[in-house]
Amino acid sequence: MNLHEYQAKQLFREYKISVSEGLAASSSDEAERVAKSLNVDKWVVKAQVHAGGRGKAGGVEIVESIEGVRSFAEKWLGKNLVTFQTDEKGQLVSQILIETCTSIDKELYLGAVIDRASQRLVVMASTEGGVNIEEVAEETPEKIFKAEIDPVEGPNELQANELARNLGLNEVQCLQFREIFNGLIKLFLEKDLSLVEVNPLVITESGDLICLDAKINVDSNALYRQEEVEELRDPSQEDSREAKAAEWDLSYVALDGNIGCMVNGAGLAMGTMDIIKLHGGEPANFLDVGGTADSKRVAEAFKIILSDDNVNTVLINIFGGIVRCDVIADGIVEALTVMGVSVPVIVRLEGNSAEKGLNILDECELNIIPASNLEEAASLAVKASKGEI
Amino acid sequence: MSILIDKTTKVICQGFTGGQATQHCIQCLDYGTQLVGGVTPGKGGQTHLELPVFDSVKEAVETTGATASLIFVPARFCKASILEAAESGIALIVCITEGIPTIDMLEVKARCDNLGVRLIGPNCPGIITPGESKMGIMPGDIHLPGKVGIISRSGTLTYEAVKQTSDLGFGQTSCVGIGGDPIPGTSFIDVLDLFEKDNSTEAIVMVGEIGGTAEESAAEFIQSNVSKPVVSYIAGVTAPPGKRMGHAGAIIAGGKGTAEDKFKALEAAGVHTVKSPADIGKGIAEITGW
Repeated sequence: MNLHEYQAKQLFREYKISVSEGLAASSSDEAERVAKSLNVDKWVVKAQVHAGGRGKAGGVEIVESIEGVRSFAEKWLGKNLVTFQTDEKGQLVSQILIETCTSIDKELYLGAVIDRASQRLVVMASTEGGVNIEEVAEETPEKIFKAEIDPVEGPNELQANELARNLGLNEVQCLQFREIFNGLIKLFLEKDLSLVEVNPLVITESGDLICLDAKINVDSNALYRQEEVEELRDPSQEDSREAKAAEWDLSYVALDGNIGCMVNGAGLAMGTMDIIKLHGGEPANFLDVGGTADSKRVAEAFKIILSDDNVNTVLINIFGGIVRCDVIADGIVEALTVMGVSVPVIVRLEGNSAEKGLNILDECELNIIPASNLEEAASLAVKASKGEI
Repeated sequence: MSILIDKTTKVICQGFTGGQATQHCIQCLDYGTQLVGGVTPGKGGQTHLELPVFDSVKEAVETTGATASLIFVPARFCKASILEAAESGIALIVCITEGIPTIDMLEVKARCDNLGVRLIGPNCPGIITPGESKMGIMPGDIHLPGKVGIISRSGTLTYEAVKQTSDLGFGQTSCVGIGGDPIPGTSFIDVLDLFEKDNSTEAIVMVGEIGGTAEESAAEFIQSNVSKPVVSYIAGVTAPPGKRMGHAGAIIAGGKGTAEDKFKALEAAGVHTVKSPADIGKGIAEITGW
């Protein structure tokens, strides 16, 4: 789950990680009030969406009058911001962040992430802030400094000092950095984050360290124990079909093709998409019905798949381990009957109670095409999607 | 021969009396697994599936002599359950549960390593040595005792590889689902090493997926340490970057972890790759001449 910048910065404040003064506003009146309350004559105004690249897309501005703040708010609130990270529709802006303006001497980068290779929480810092850090990592990896945090012992002081030295910080900044470093790790571990990124972390003209941007991803698996964080969820930033699917414990990702897929298991679901492509077809989605699918969830999965108007064929691929194929078959028949599905449905059932499942499909009089293996299922689905059967 | 478990392995189940655990323990018993008891705190002294229930892993180990534990407890209790097993003399832990917070796994993995305990999973189908023992949720009847070792990050894709190698008559020595989480207890490399040293394993199937760099590391390991033929399939060529594909670990982040990268690394290491999940068995036939 992603947080907005203004929410991330609020968490930063709670953990004594220094950020600019500012507040979010959801109307132009409120934006004006916030701007006045900051008591400065120059502001940074930032559209709040779950995507990067806002600056280049016009979603971040420096303004020097209250009218400027107001007109920025009027321009963006309720509109969609399109950046290189969003789709062509963009993301809805329902909050803007108004902050005091910082005079920048130098831009740095600071991030923390779970590194799978070392199986540690890793804090990364670089002197190359403000730019695309992935490019820096690719082209000049020596400019990114890392500290691996021991999961049992926790961070030690030497690690913060070493990063600070590598960043070329002076003594005062070194102390400030240590506070940010420790706050960031504490925040990461206590709030079950999967990523924090501060790009840029800046040295101001007066020589102080301050976080100008803040990006936070939260581990969705841990939301059960992070109620406060979960309240920060903004459904308007999420794909509505994906969110609907999640309510039913279905994992769904929309794609551009016309063959709707329903599969059990994430790996097999990806494998099914791959084999469709190999046969010259285009998958319309990734959908994992999970290990405990029942007829209700199969029906919901059908609804979500068919809510995509591009879908002209459905391929169901179930290798029953935990899931029983006869239960899935009942669900398919029920869903098709109730919903009056008109597109061809190719079904491959294997594993746990597969024979019983196939019998159920055999006995119903619906537009179901059985396939005896994965290869055949993919081939049939692709033909059906092209109107060849 | 086999790896990790055989017909003599004494197994307990943590979360024994729960619904999922009960269903799968029945199937494990039917398959021949030496399940000798289970643990459900507060239900010690009871009998379940005609086996003793204990309040703690320590008691279960002391009474039954079990060396392996199969875990089905809910995600929020898994950290405590895994650590309890690791500290109570269990040498092999298989955790089926999905949805464990990654921060929990960081500590669990480090502590298991320190104790020298082997953890398989979480979020995995478990392990099976066909014809001998299964600790997991895989359908037993698709397996065939034989000569292929199978390792996979995905549950149902493992079954696909198993079925294809069974249909062709090759069979399996052991199959290990290492799970789809970002921090798995056991890596591809760990299992590749075990299969390389196992005399009865003649060929290896490795099924990977997008996300992380585990397959790339495995490729490096294979190049210098594995003499047996390896066939590999990587799921997710069609997956778009930045979208999590079901598994917590299956996401192409910052342009890293694409299926193409992984295929390339494996091919450079001499691994026979297949681009379709339906060609895994065929790949084994081609590379071994069986």
